[in-house]
Amino acid sequence: MYFLSNIVRFAGDPKIIRSGPSLRTRTDRLAQALGWFSIALGAIELFAPSRVTRPLGMRGRETLVRAYGLRELSSGIMSLSVDKQAGLWSRVAGDGMDIVTLLSELRTDNPRKANVGLALLMVGGIALLDYMGAQDLAAQGSARLGRRRLYSDRSGFPKGIEAARTSARRLTSRGEAALTAS
Amino acid sequence: MKALVWHGKEDIRCDTVTDPEIEHERDAIVKVTSCAICGSDLHLFHNFIPAMMPGDIMGHEMMGEVVEVGSGVDGKLKKGDRIVVPFTIICGECDQCRRGNFSVCETTNRNKHLADKIFGHTTAGLFGYTHITGGYPGGQAEYLRVPFADRTHVKIPDGVSDEQALFLGDIFPTGWQAAVQCDIEPNDTVAVWGCGPVGQMAIRSALLLGARQVVAIDKIPERLVMAEAGGAIVINFDEESVVERLNELTDGKGPEKCIDATGMESHVTPAKPDTILDRAKQMLMIESDRPHVLREIIYVCRPGGVISIPGVYSGFSDKIPLGALMNKGLTIRTGQTHVNRWTDDLLKRIEEGQIDPSFVITHTVPLEQGPEMYQVFRDKQDSCVKVVLKP
Repeated sequence: MYFLSNIVRFAGDPKIIRSGPSLRTRTDRLAQALGWFSIALGAIELFAPSRVTRPLGMRGRETLVRAYGLRELSSGIMSLSVDKQAGLWSRVAGDGMDIVTLLSELRTDNPRKANVGLALLMVGGIALLDYMGAQDLAAQGSARLGRRRLYSDRSGFPKGIEAARTSARRLTSRGEAALTAS
Repeated sequence: MKALVWHGKEDIRCDTVTDPEIEHERDAIVKVTSCAICGSDLHLFHNFIPAMMPGDIMGHEMMGEVVEVGSGVDGKLKKGDRIVVPFTIICGECDQCRRGNFSVCETTNRNKHLADKIFGHTTAGLFGYTHITGGYPGGQAEYLRVPFADRTHVKIPDGVSDEQALFLGDIFPTGWQAAVQCDIEPNDTVAVWGCGPVGQMAIRSALLLGARQVVAIDKIPERLVMAEAGGAIVINFDEESVVERLNELTDGKGPEKCIDATGMESHVTPAKPDTILDRAKQMLMIESDRPHVLREIIYVCRPGGVISIPGVYSGFSDKIPLGALMNKGLTIRTGQTHVNRWTDDLLKRIEEGQIDPSFVITHTVPLEQGPEMYQVFRDKQDSCVKVVLKP
């Protein structure tokens, strides 16, 4: 297998021959994909809100969609960071807000009611993924906690603290005496 | 050979890579017998230190046996010697090395142009770290090429075990330098923020250097117990106010000497809103560090006191209270460790039985388990304080 990263190595540095398994789990990759999805959707909502409001019959609510865009961007950045669990939970909360907003648009006088129904289905599906991802990350963390040990016997001073301090004082005075003599 | 290789954020793998070879006459090849995961490796794991590249071999705390030397090593090392490899690569000849400022050696950074641009002036080359400091392959591997090996080593006598000697390459001299920088006097209270491996070494160093009392601040119970075993008074910042307790321990005057052994990744907690703001800004890449501890230290340190910073900061920090710092007349001392300045003295203390740094080791595993141990160490699972890897 060819590793692109080998190109930028200094001439004599070790180069990868075979790569071991990645630490990233399927859930990590899901969080990453959802993070990028959030950023893409957030950018559209923030910079082109009419692309969202028009097909859903929500004209006049562009400011709300822009605010949702900001929320999506922050959730996306969080999902791509080391705090991805918080990112996915913030996406779950955001999905709830989206569902409430879409339900309020499911009015009989909305000519785009069918699109709203479709959007609700999509948000529901993604909310399920967000929830499952957040749950899996929480489970990964708690499964790895292991037992708690205390280290009351780990002083680091084989002869005791006082003996160590006395010996250190002696070493310092010997050093000072040597300095004075020289 | 096998090596732990950085492939991206939170993605370290045990890869098969080509063996290192002698490239220059001052090189040596070392068969690594023990190496450790350092707290600063976690900053790389999280991709908080800029200029890491996929394919970089991790590790800057290692020791082993010399198996090959270049023609220019001048008899200073020979095959079979046991050495600790300091994380700072030094030439021993430049102006800074002659002054003992080894971590800012002017010669060994092979990406000097990058460091000159980013830091203003170059610093020493470091093993297993960012390309700003040379991008040298690290020691979490079976073999390591040591550049400038005639100077970049500490010879270890047979009577000292790997576990006792290994930390001479980084955390022991780092904790020691942090305490030395405090200019400790007999009546001083030294407060140490962060009871990770460097904090533990700093606590013991401060006691050996004569501090009246050492106070350790953290929230992880096993780390606080270890600090207490080493002679510190402990403060769990989740259970009590650090400022109030420190003032109580110092007759309301604050500690004379403060050590920040936490660095750029302070704990994020709702009780300290600035930590949440820092984390948000760090995610948005508008602030690289989370300097909550530094703010707290400046606030609580006694006027005229000294702040020593061994904890790693990578770039830019916001809302540092320079007004308090200036008006209180505080002195800040910091820097990567000038490892070789301290190692002869510290090795002597280990041989005499004054201190045994192996107390900090909680996990010893084969190199192949290294990637998982990054997670274990990061998440403080299984009461992990320090991981040693055996290639």
